[in-house]
Amino acid sequence: MKHIISALVENKPGVLASVAGMFAARAFNIDSLVVGRTEDPDLSRMTIVVVGDDRVVEQVRKQLGRIIPVVKVQDFVGQPVVARDLMLIAFAAPPEKRPEILSLIEMFKGKVVDIGQKFVMVEVSGPEEKIEAFINICKPYGIKSVARTGTIAMVRYAKTDTPAARNDEAQENQ
Amino acid sequence: MTAKSSASACSADQSSIKTGAQIIVDTLIDLGVDTMFGYTGGVVLPLFDRLYDAPIHFIVPRHEQGGCHMADAYARASGRVGVVVATSGPGACNLVTGLATAMMDSVPLVALTGQVRTELIGNDAFQEADTTGITRPITKYNCIVKDVKDLARTIREAFYIASTGRPGPVLVDIPVDVEVSKYAADGPVEMKLPGYKVRTKGNAKQISIAAHAINKSKQPVLYVGGGVIISNAGDELRALAEKAHLPVTMTLLGLGSYDQRRPESLDMLGMHGSAYANYAVQECDLLIAVGARFDDRVTGKVATFAPNAKIIHIDIDPASISKNVQVDIPVVGDAKSILGQLIPEVEYQERKSWFAKIAEWKKKFPFRYDQNSSTIKPQYVIEELCRQTNNEAIVTTGVGQNQMWAAQFYKFIRPRQFISSGGLGTMGYGLPAAIGAQIAMPEATVIDIDGDHSFNMTMTELATAVEHNLPINVCILNNGYMGMVRQWQELFYGKRYSKSYLKNPQYEAVATALGAVGMTVEKKADVPKAIKQMLEEKRPCVVDFRVEREENVWPMVPAGKSINEMDGLDILESMA
Repeated sequence: MKHIISALVENKPGVLASVAGMFAARAFNIDSLVVGRTEDPDLSRMTIVVVGDDRVVEQVRKQLGRIIPVVKVQDFVGQPVVARDLMLIAFAAPPEKRPEILSLIEMFKGKVVDIGQKFVMVEVSGPEEKIEAFINICKPYGIKSVARTGTIAMVRYAKTDTPAARNDEAQENQ
Repeated sequence: MTAKSSASACSADQSSIKTGAQIIVDTLIDLGVDTMFGYTGGVVLPLFDRLYDAPIHFIVPRHEQGGCHMADAYARASGRVGVVVATSGPGACNLVTGLATAMMDSVPLVALTGQVRTELIGNDAFQEADTTGITRPITKYNCIVKDVKDLARTIREAFYIASTGRPGPVLVDIPVDVEVSKYAADGPVEMKLPGYKVRTKGNAKQISIAAHAINKSKQPVLYVGGGVIISNAGDELRALAEKAHLPVTMTLLGLGSYDQRRPESLDMLGMHGSAYANYAVQECDLLIAVGARFDDRVTGKVATFAPNAKIIHIDIDPASISKNVQVDIPVVGDAKSILGQLIPEVEYQERKSWFAKIAEWKKKFPFRYDQNSSTIKPQYVIEELCRQTNNEAIVTTGVGQNQMWAAQFYKFIRPRQFISSGGLGTMGYGLPAAIGAQIAMPEATVIDIDGDHSFNMTMTELATAVEHNLPINVCILNNGYMGMVRQWQELFYGKRYSKSYLKNPQYEAVATALGAVGMTVEKKADVPKAIKQMLEEKRPCVVDFRVEREENVWPMVPAGKSINEMDGLDILESMA
């Protein structure tokens, strides 16, 4: 099962190496890992997508917690989250096919960010499935290259007394 | 008046301006450090200059690995933080084995390494290595200090992280320009560790559930690891075992946590553990793990480990819980405090038939060896050491057969008495560990029960023992083989002894040349006398016991088998 793990980390050199090294050393697989700044200049947020059974993911969460500069770890599983991926995709767009291509882009709420004689570059964001679907649709035209950010995610609403919130609290208390 | 006060303020400022090296030494002294181990070099010259007349007992090993093991054993014997210093590049790289050893066994250690000048970092400068990169997976935490104003705080944090929670080694890498730059410290130094929280007390509800399970259990076993020793919970452990009437088995690193002369002791469990401990674990209905981590050398085949047992796991490291074996009742926190919380809630149960069953196993399958042999049996040497030291010595070991026999035949009675590389299994640990332990405990009798090939790896440190006039006792169980490797080759590789024996030196002559006392014992009848003479000697002493060459460690759980599927029980029974 796919788990989105969110880790708040100190904004220090070596933290990414500690996290990536821990995953490699303990043979956990990372599906994607995104690091970015937060509203607090001393803290960064890592959003890590991991595939594994509950026991493996529980170990991932606990091993992350052992890394000293990791301040807080949350597993979003079972919680209502907004998860987004951003993609830039360049693919062949011969002039005669451009009208249909533009309508596809429109359907996916994508944005043309660059256009040349042969290729078009499009920006698409959304849940992972939407990104995957767009890639599949572009395949017949001939994809030149794809760059994706990986998933970032946030819980949909502030902590209330829902089973999911209690689960989150239980994790923090462990 | 204005002039006067500004003058005094000025002089105060003057005196609080310090170099990085001065800040390091002052912080160490302030933290209570009075003993350090380490080796000098190019980029730590400013630091060593400050150490020239500092009130710190400084021990220089012959190799940084030795220094790191010394600091490690100093910490294990005393419970204090061990400190080791090394220069950049090769110096730091030579700490690697020692840091990994300390990491695996949760030893509080602080390593300070020099680094090339900040502006040279990344340029492949002379004696440059990416020390924090190399040591990241083998330290609890590490960092590089690039600004002198962070130095005092970082060193304090290093000591705090190393010694709290589940302890471990912390490395602080310090570029040489930071050692010489000046900084006027103002005000107290505060730690900034938002991501580090130490939990000590256990959850009261979980503890009550655990107590209830203990009170209900008909066939319980306490399974105790090094965590009990680290948290100084020996008294609480004994109180719990006595009050609830529980048999106690220990891991290799747990040895010493419970007096092995007491009837509740089942001695060590696992691959070379006692048959009675392994049988008891396999048949118990409740396994109470305290400060132990279900290592593969303990569990054997995980799927069939303690198959009928409900498992309570008390550990300070949440990541240790349900890592290898699924746990029913986890309690996260410090062993001392949790056992203290648990004791009032447990009740005495007689458990007559359970203890009778255990007594029968004990009678049938004790640790044995052939006492009528004409050769020197290694087990005999250890029994004699135990007898002549009244179970009181601090014992360090190499790794392999020597280590397993020491664990089987020396009966330990108090925590911090058995010092051995358990998790990493570092050959060559025994001699530097004996030095570190003797420095920590000057009055104690310290014995390194070593193998010939383990001793070969770090024997250069004998010169360090001589230099500091340490009365350590090195007992080499010399069988001319890497004994445990040979045993596996005998059992699993058709006796093809591939590269598992080397030409050994005359250890007596080596010892003498280095300024220690050397002895060779070839006859069984000479063993007691030699040990007596060794223990009376006030200088470092090396005794080369020429033991039975192809003796095996029994019992043995072959890799991948359940721990009640032990080989060698027939051999042990035939010696009865």
